[in-house]
Amino acid sequence: MKQYLLGNAAIARGLLEAGAGVITGYPGTPASEILETAATFAQPYQLHVEWSVNEKVALEVAIGASWAGTRSAAVMKHVGLNVAADPFMTLAYTGVRGGLVVIAADDPYCHSSQNEQDSRRYAQFATVPCLDPADPQEANEMARYAFELSEALELPVLLRPTTRVAHARAEVELGELPERSTSGQFEKRPEQWVMLPVHARPRHTALLQKQEQMRVTLEKTPWNRLLLRPGKLGVIATGISGLYAAEAIKLLDLDLSLLRIGTVPPPDDLIAQLLSQVSSVLVIEELEPVLEEHVERLARLHNPAVRIRGKKSGDMPREGEFDLQLVRNAIARLTALPQETIVPLKEAAAILPPRPPALCPGCSHRATYYAMREAFGEDAIFPSDIGCYTLAIPMGTIDTCLCMGASITIATGIRFGGDERPICCSIGDSTFLHAGLTGLLNAAYNKARLTVAILDNETTAMTGHQPHPGTGVTASGEQTKAVSLEALARALGADFVETTSPYNLDAMIATFKRARDCPGLAVVIAKQACMTNARRTGIRNRPFRVLESCTSCKACLEFGCPAIEFDGERARINELCSGCGVCAQICPSGAIEVIE
Amino acid sequence: MKTSTCDLVVVGVGGQGVILVSNVIGVAAVKAGYAVRGAETHGMAQRGGSVISHIRIGCTYGPLVPPGGADVLLALEPAEALRYAHFLAPDGIALVNTQPILPLTVTTGKASYPPVDEILAPLRARCKELRTLNATRLAAELGAAQALNVVMLGLLSRYVPIPEPVLLETLSETIPAKYLELNKRAFQLGQREL
Repeated sequence: MKQYLLGNAAIARGLLEAGAGVITGYPGTPASEILETAATFAQPYQLHVEWSVNEKVALEVAIGASWAGTRSAAVMKHVGLNVAADPFMTLAYTGVRGGLVVIAADDPYCHSSQNEQDSRRYAQFATVPCLDPADPQEANEMARYAFELSEALELPVLLRPTTRVAHARAEVELGELPERSTSGQFEKRPEQWVMLPVHARPRHTALLQKQEQMRVTLEKTPWNRLLLRPGKLGVIATGISGLYAAEAIKLLDLDLSLLRIGTVPPPDDLIAQLLSQVSSVLVIEELEPVLEEHVERLARLHNPAVRIRGKKSGDMPREGEFDLQLVRNAIARLTALPQETIVPLKEAAAILPPRPPALCPGCSHRATYYAMREAFGEDAIFPSDIGCYTLAIPMGTIDTCLCMGASITIATGIRFGGDERPICCSIGDSTFLHAGLTGLLNAAYNKARLTVAILDNETTAMTGHQPHPGTGVTASGEQTKAVSLEALARALGADFVETTSPYNLDAMIATFKRARDCPGLAVVIAKQACMTNARRTGIRNRPFRVLESCTSCKACLEFGCPAIEFDGERARINELCSGCGVCAQICPSGAIEVIE
Repeated sequence: MKTSTCDLVVVGVGGQGVILVSNVIGVAAVKAGYAVRGAETHGMAQRGGSVISHIRIGCTYGPLVPPGGADVLLALEPAEALRYAHFLAPDGIALVNTQPILPLTVTTGKASYPPVDEILAPLRARCKELRTLNATRLAAELGAAQALNVVMLGLLSRYVPIPEPVLLETLSETIPAKYLELNKRAFQLGQREL
């Protein structure tokens, strides 16, 4: 039966259809829905599906399961693989027992990411295979196949969907879900599982010896397919770019050979076959020239005269995401056909107000930052982190955002770098548990003088409200112990720890002032459940309204809540109001009140 | 040459229900026997930002509708209609909810929101047919302004190659039972605007 599925749901189905018994991950756009979908199967199928504390932890748990003989998968966004890179690199040496699939979803154009790194480079770096799906159906099939490949090569396999595959939808033919049992047994194999130098050296040799088998096996997969036509220009495209290329060639009505590729390493025999028949070749791939460099090497062997067009020739960009228009124009340019570039209407740029994403109406982060700014002053330094709260950048309280957990450590470095101004960094609850603990411990140990604000909205909000160790709920919805952030902060060495609700603005400001005046390391926990998550579960507060006594001072508008507008004479609260009540505390003339 | 049966873009503001409407269209088109490719906005961009969802009915290529390729632009907000107007094919049809949602850049006084007529004029010049209605007001009269997306779906129903009963059946499977009657009435209100 065919179902119209999100690519990530199709991948989750593929993992389940392959009989994976352990699926781990950390939320991150565009990968989050893979584990969320798998989690809905956890109880009926007795799988272990977990939101791990971070991606390194996720991969290591998956490795343990694999070494116990159970098929496992670790799921993350591309930058998550940086966090998991340590186990990933040496896992290639040890190899696997039960098939192990690492899924790293790439995000060309940084739709929801801090960079657009290309995970295929990680597969090359670790010398393990990578599968690059073009659409949800392929992603489903590749997820299943990846386990067979992993077990055949005894290597981890990287599955690399991009945003436009992970968040695409298509009708997907689903397979059967097998009966499964998690009766894995760990086997003691010290020469394979204990990476002492004396074991690691021969495992490196063994890894290199697997490369030829890997190349030959991947070459024969159905996702590498060559369509030979008479044209003297050939096109080689990988992943979703293959679909753009096929459509462009059809639209332009051209007789071009097209080699579509779905694996790294790519198929040498098919590339050589194409290279021997054309005088120039256009390589189409998003992000890094992984395929292009491979084609260059093969061209030296098989057809040194062939002209290679791609990123290095300037025909294709190395940044951003591709689409049909971009690919069509690249092919048209090389075949002397007219190009067609359609851009937004000039009126749109001239008259439309920008609409960047913003903190939700009633978001507690807005109140926290308002209080932080009041207490620390605008001259203070505000390093921040990865999460919804970076959307508060217009409030002037987001001075840095680099990677998960880097708020506290960068704040520490700014202090030791010599800046004596007040420093208050901010980090979300999920991000703090992911990568903030070590930074806080480091700051305490090295006697850094600063304030760390943990913005505790009791969920991983930005990626879709996933639970974490502070919430008392697991990925599959089971109750578990809820870790106390206060106790953690104290244990890690904070000199001052206070928890306050940012919806009580005066109390929040007072807490921040006490933290500011603390001579050591202060931790402020701004605790308030995510309003958007609360509303999703049906919780509604009474909305607020503006009274006639409004003096149009616009203090509430500067607060920047989407529920507050100005109608020309007075402030007005619109239907987006979620009833947090913070604007009523800001209004200097008491002109905002709850609607009873 | 056409490489799909019908290409649509659904645009609006994060939180308006762009994804829900897109899914109803996609699922219904699959039920009607088409290959369908869709692409949607998740994550950071969703938070009150400008969003676009692509749906290609009768298509086996990539999920993104190319600029100049949309047979239909379904806009849940007028400024977003103009922002994405370049996706329309020259013979495309634009269906626009005329109720503005002011972005934060406007409510905080950093930018201004033009009169709706000024937004619609260049849009009208860009497409074969422009249909407008205040779907938010119609939905509010039913008692649920947030059903504006389903009013717009009703308006769209005559412009997509999907039988109306299939769209309604899919809507019934998507909407929680307690809101279904209201949403069916919203759908019919949109249809009646034709």
